[in-house]
Amino acid sequence: MSLAIEAHELSKRYRIGQMQAAYGTLRDSLSRIAARRAGREEKHARQEIWALRDVSFSVPEGEVLGVIGRNGAGKSTLLKILTRITTPTSGCAVIRGRVGSLLEVGTGFNPELTGRENVFLNGSILGMKRREIQRKLGDIVEFSGIDKFIDTPVKRYSSGMHVRLAFSVAAHLEPEILLVDEVLAVGDAEFQQRCLGRMEDFSGTGRTVLFVSHNMQTINQLCNRVIWLDEGAIAEDGEPSKVVTHYLHSTSYASGAHISWPDDETAPGDDLVRLLGVRAIDEGGNTTDAVDARDPTGIEIRYRVLRPGPGVFTKIRVRDRRSDIAFNAMDVASHPEDSSEPGLYTATAWISGNLLNEGTTTVDVAVCTLRSPKLHQRAARYEAVLFTVFDPGDGDSARGRFTGQISGVVRPRLEWSVERVG
Amino acid sequence: MRRSYVSAAGSSSIARVSQTKLEPPSEQIVAEAADDEQHLRPDRRTVVIRPAKRWPHLDLRELWHYRELLFRLVWRDIVVRYKQTFLGVAWGGLVRAMTTTVYVIVFGKFANFPHGNTPYPSLTAAGVIPMQYFVSAVTSSSTSLVSNLSLVTKVYFPRVLLPLAAVVVPIVDFLIALPVLLVLMGIYGTWPDSAAVVLAPAFLALAFITALGIGFLLSTLTARWRDVPYMIPVFLQILPLVSGVMYALDQIPTKWQWAFAVNPMSAVIAGWRWAILSETAPQLGQTAVSVSVALLLFALGLAVFRTYEPRFADTI
Repeated sequence: MSLAIEAHELSKRYRIGQMQAAYGTLRDSLSRIAARRAGREEKHARQEIWALRDVSFSVPEGEVLGVIGRNGAGKSTLLKILTRITTPTSGCAVIRGRVGSLLEVGTGFNPELTGRENVFLNGSILGMKRREIQRKLGDIVEFSGIDKFIDTPVKRYSSGMHVRLAFSVAAHLEPEILLVDEVLAVGDAEFQQRCLGRMEDFSGTGRTVLFVSHNMQTINQLCNRVIWLDEGAIAEDGEPSKVVTHYLHSTSYASGAHISWPDDETAPGDDLVRLLGVRAIDEGGNTTDAVDARDPTGIEIRYRVLRPGPGVFTKIRVRDRRSDIAFNAMDVASHPEDSSEPGLYTATAWISGNLLNEGTTTVDVAVCTLRSPKLHQRAARYEAVLFTVFDPGDGDSARGRFTGQISGVVRPRLEWSVERVG
Repeated sequence: MRRSYVSAAGSSSIARVSQTKLEPPSEQIVAEAADDEQHLRPDRRTVVIRPAKRWPHLDLRELWHYRELLFRLVWRDIVVRYKQTFLGVAWGGLVRAMTTTVYVIVFGKFANFPHGNTPYPSLTAAGVIPMQYFVSAVTSSSTSLVSNLSLVTKVYFPRVLLPLAAVVVPIVDFLIALPVLLVLMGIYGTWPDSAAVVLAPAFLALAFITALGIGFLLSTLTARWRDVPYMIPVFLQILPLVSGVMYALDQIPTKWQWAFAVNPMSAVIAGWRWAILSETAPQLGQTAVSVSVALLLFALGLAVFRTYEPRFADTI
């Protein structure tokens, strides 16, 4: 099998100044030259960063390669080099086949031109030949669904029509290698969903795809292989679920999986109870910041009761990635009417598997007493722990074989019964 | 044979990719693919991405490959320019006719500029038309990178196409304005009377080369410093005065003529008048100076442009 993309030690260096100032004025440059002449060169102005450093990999024809990494890890720079928008500082890459990228959707559309004229303009910009565009024009117009307005200037289009036509042109480019940067992809959720659908079609026909995304879900399900970029270098290259898990463990979210207060004095609480620590744990009792959506997750709350008093119980409030409350849950097994003994306690709330939706989940915890009908929070911590729920996409979770976004704060896997009634 | 090319029926495969089976392409798809193959082949070549070359060079084969895009960019600019106008492309001729009229009244009648043996209106029109070509070519090519920013930062193509297209576009206006000149030549009976007329396009080519060289240079500078577009109009307003647009160059003292020869547009206008109005032939030495300056500007502009081309997307 031949290689569609080969990258040999690709490196790209930017001057910090280049990245900060989109453009400078002549005066800035002159004053910098003057400063350099006078020997007062500003150290900061010469700072350099390596957006990519010695990145080597190869992609066999037909492979779907995912690229993940934090913001600024070099993902977009890599795509820019592979699409030849910018050149590498050193190293080289070989690309075999026609390259298309969904970054270019609508590039070069001119508002004054009609839809038809823009199809031709945009098509040639993307690298189509005139004959090819003429042949595909019918399909493009039909796919976009705006045949009535095809001879209307694009400036009179609604933004939806504009995007539909632009996407339709890009979708008919039929590249052999598709480079997609999901982060930069334009349009609303529905449109992005269509981009993804198109990508699946591509990979289904055995074409090569290089896919940059922050959505671990999609990466996991679409890719055969994943490269994790960190500070411009490849941190790991291999099996998607493995690389994604390692990546999620490394992210800055990780520090949020547990919190503790070393001494009682500074810990949240009052004269009755102090909160000592909270952890998100897996079934084995290990602290975890990346949770398989199918597995139960424990929220372990450690607290100390300082004196005999009213019965205490713990309560959690789970929030989804947008900080919307998914649910509140409290320990109803402990009886608030009992009195509590002083001592150190650990309470663990088990959130069932196949319940939380994917993404960052935060949990507020509180140790409460109840003086009916009022709930009295004695020791509480807002956003005590934070972890990521991911779905490795093996098909046995609540999403089955569906790869798109599932909305909602929870995503339970329900019992379904289907009967044939007719 | 290549894999099924036509998006294998809209069946969006939701299953993991590794489990997706490749269907053997059907007869019809194979036939279509073969049809595609023909005019896709140039795109299916292998591309090697390397750091920018130390020495700038022009890849003519690549330019040829992108010729349709050049055509499309030129076409876009022409179509867009006259959209929503009542008179459309006729403006190309009207603007030049009006400028000529003003020059004739102000410089010919009131200031009584020297015009040799040629009637002043013909002389001026023959100067205004190539000069206006040059002015619009330089103006639009020097901002061509910035005004196509979204293309530069999102798609690859030889960036040379942008200033090149900008210099080609005003040729259309030039052609549309020619009838104005022909009418004046008819009225004043100043017809070309020697074989020199075949050289007329050569002098236009000189204006083209000069405009392109300056366009390369200024568009590179504009990509980095937005100060440049402010300076261009000043330069372009002075230019007609030192190029002999509203007077005959051979009427000024000879030693000044040599100084003026450094400006290639003086040779363009003098040569053009010689070719179509049977004016005195421009002095060979002076023309040689102008041509050398033009070629030098072109080489310098191209070298600067190609040197900075790899960084346009980062700095623009």
